[in-house]
Amino acid sequence: MLEVQDLGVRLGGTDVIRGVTFNLPRASCLAVIGPNGAGKTVMLRALIGALPHAGRIAWASDAVLGYVPQKLDIERDLPLNGRDFLRARVALAGSSGALQAEALRSVGLPEEVLTTPIGHMSGGQFQRLLIAFALLGNPNVLLLDEPAAGVDAPGQAQLNEVIHGLQDKRAMTVLLVSHDLSVVYRYADHVLCLGRHGACFGPPRAALTPEMLQEVYGQPLGFHVHSHS
Amino acid sequence: MASRWDSMSTATHELAPELGSLALAALMAVAAGLIGSFAVMRRMVLAADPMSHIALPGIGIALILRVNPLWGALVLLLLGAVLIWAVERRSRIATEAVIGVTFAVALAVGSVITSGEQLIDALLGAPATLTLHEALFGIIGALIVIVFVLRTRNALVVRLVSPEIAMTSAVDVARLDLYFLLAFALTIGLGLRFLGVLLMGSLIIIPAAIARRFARSLGRMLTISVTVAVAATAAGTYIASVAGRPSGPFIVMVAGGLFFLSLLRRHET
Repeated sequence: MLEVQDLGVRLGGTDVIRGVTFNLPRASCLAVIGPNGAGKTVMLRALIGALPHAGRIAWASDAVLGYVPQKLDIERDLPLNGRDFLRARVALAGSSGALQAEALRSVGLPEEVLTTPIGHMSGGQFQRLLIAFALLGNPNVLLLDEPAAGVDAPGQAQLNEVIHGLQDKRAMTVLLVSHDLSVVYRYADHVLCLGRHGACFGPPRAALTPEMLQEVYGQPLGFHVHSHS
Repeated sequence: MASRWDSMSTATHELAPELGSLALAALMAVAAGLIGSFAVMRRMVLAADPMSHIALPGIGIALILRVNPLWGALVLLLLGAVLIWAVERRSRIATEAVIGVTFAVALAVGSVITSGEQLIDALLGAPATLTLHEALFGIIGALIVIVFVLRTRNALVVRLVSPEIAMTSAVDVARLDLYFLLAFALTIGLGLRFLGVLLMGSLIIIPAAIARRFARSLGRMLTISVTVAVAATAAGTYIASVAGRPSGPFIVMVAGGLFFLSLLRRHET
């Protein structure tokens, strides 16, 4: 679905990421991990074409991207409600109202929440709205940048289930930036670690070794892989 | 004061004065209310003012070249829009400084090449009779802005929430931003004859700022903003005609008064 070769992004004269290479098969889930400032968000933005980059990014010709950005800073008094936002996407895509109902169902967002201004929504509601928005474009690839950041623990668990459910039911390819290594371990087929000293790519079991985590994060992490899980 | 502008224009036709001019002012107000809504939501409030200043040297140059000042103002406004767009694309950080400095220089240059009475006209607007060309420009310009905002409102909404989301929603963000700035500049140009360089920015911003205090949806935002803009323009023009003075300051005073009234209502949080 996606081939990335020797990807590099320079911002303000410094290499934020460089030499990133990986292949992502269709309908798989890639987790991108790494410390703050390692360039996870930058890489996602490069992948959707929002940043100039070096190297090669090749999406499959039928790839339709849905992007869910990192926690957006929406002003509380912004006079836009959930319906305005989704309606805009429906109009842009020329899709039907039925699709909207289905998208809301998929993310578990009740219809009545849509009359709430988006700046008043809870973290979990807004993230669900963003995912529903992405689904309205009928994507087969979903890129999510820390979708659970700023959401309480039960909300995080629900969001993870929503995302995983989408991947299962709709055979979506998922790229997920996450700080939650247990989520990564549970849901991801592949892990891309962006670290201070370059990148690594592999299945979770190989990538998430204590040595590798120390290498990526620059310090030991108390994360243990339970062989029975 | 009106004669200053008219003497520079080549057209001799004059529209049926009062009514035609009021209808045109209303159309301009609708455009201002619509473009202002998105400008306020995009936090462009502070850009509106300096941007309108760039019209001034255009007016000065036009007066020197003996063409209608409106065209000089319009050319520089549209160039100013392209300049802001180009700067914003290059770097996000320096935008405000560049805009501020550029337009302050424009104001300085404009005040040097424009003489006293002309300057007052340009700053505060010259009332009354419009030439046929000016009236046509007003109608066509206002319609362009109105149609642009209504047709692209979905793309503007998504762009407002997140440029990256807009990009993955098949929106050409760079082009949309350019068109928006051009429409914004055009709206300022529309108001120059009525409100002048200094005050047009306020007719774009104030009604939208009021609307933002009350609206909880896009439809409400646009409706309230347009209504306030038209009401302030009508009331201000009426008061000005009774007082026999230029309408610009009165329009802005009415709009400003409504804004302060709106502050009396506690903002819901």
